[in-house]
Amino acid sequence: MDFINTLNLNQIRKDIPEFHSGDTLDVHMKIVEGNKERVQIFTGTVIQVRGTGVGKTFTIRKISNGIGVERIIPLNSPQIDKIVRVKEGKVRRSRIFYFRQRRGKSARIKEVRRGK
Amino acid sequence: MNVILGKKLGMASFFGPTGREFPVTIVETGPCVVVQVKTIENDKYEAVQLGFIDKKEKRVNKPQKGHFEKAGIAPKRFLKEFRFEGAGELEVGSEVNVSIFQEGDSLAVTGTSKGKGFQGTIKRWGMKRQGRTHGTHESKRGPGSIGQCAWPSRVWKGKRMAGRMGNDKVTVKNLEVLKVIPDKNIIFVKGSVPGGKNGLLKIRKQEA
Repeated sequence: MDFINTLNLNQIRKDIPEFHSGDTLDVHMKIVEGNKERVQIFTGTVIQVRGTGVGKTFTIRKISNGIGVERIIPLNSPQIDKIVRVKEGKVRRSRIFYFRQRRGKSARIKEVRRGK
Repeated sequence: MNVILGKKLGMASFFGPTGREFPVTIVETGPCVVVQVKTIENDKYEAVQLGFIDKKEKRVNKPQKGHFEKAGIAPKRFLKEFRFEGAGELEVGSEVNVSIFQEGDSLAVTGTSKGKGFQGTIKRWGMKRQGRTHGTHESKRGPGSIGQCAWPSRVWKGKRMAGRMGNDKVTVKNLEVLKVIPDKNIIFVKGSVPGGKNGLLKIRKQEA
């Protein structure tokens, strides 16, 4: 049991910044093509953060060429190079699935401005 | 050597070298000692008996004590026999440890499944439930008909019915070794293995 606890703790990444649903993130993902590794940036809105510990994941949504794209990314995945929090959104619930039905003007999230 | 005894420590989530996340079972494997070797000349079949985890001297009964003394080995809690070709040529007292495994090996793991108690036919045999509606009367999770009327006018032997479920010997084949930690005698097995935590497992390496 101790071994499993330490294994879990060792796999948790401490360099990931804190973020919540409604935030806009740049997720820098490491992608391996053949034997070359490059970084791809997925920019989108966090619509869900679920789980605790090693198994924690988040769902991030963006509109790509008019089509909604969602990715569920394990928060502790070594495939994440880094996460940059671009905007902090103001939302009233932790899982903003209603956001999927929104298009155009209504698909905006109020931004929180801090520290100025 | 292709066989070893192990103890299930539990399950965890593990990020592999490519960054993919895998569900893994963490198994403590060995070190085991060969306590007895059965040969064709002596026993008409070839097998090896492995001992796993030390046991207190005072917990050993006299017949067992004799058995361990003959092998010149400290008493062990678990003794299990493995039959395979070439088992008769092994030496009593030799150690089997986690070094037999490499990442990517394929395993067959045998254990005792968790006991589920008395269960109905739906959970135990995967039978279908009856309709919740459309005039279903009194029985919704029952087994339905269990036989015919004029012939054989009895219920066939082995008819699947409700009863005790689990606590059976179960073997899961084609499990992959994802990681080996030699100094802790631990391997990571992809997927699940039978039984609960601290359960005894018989592990056999499969031919690739």
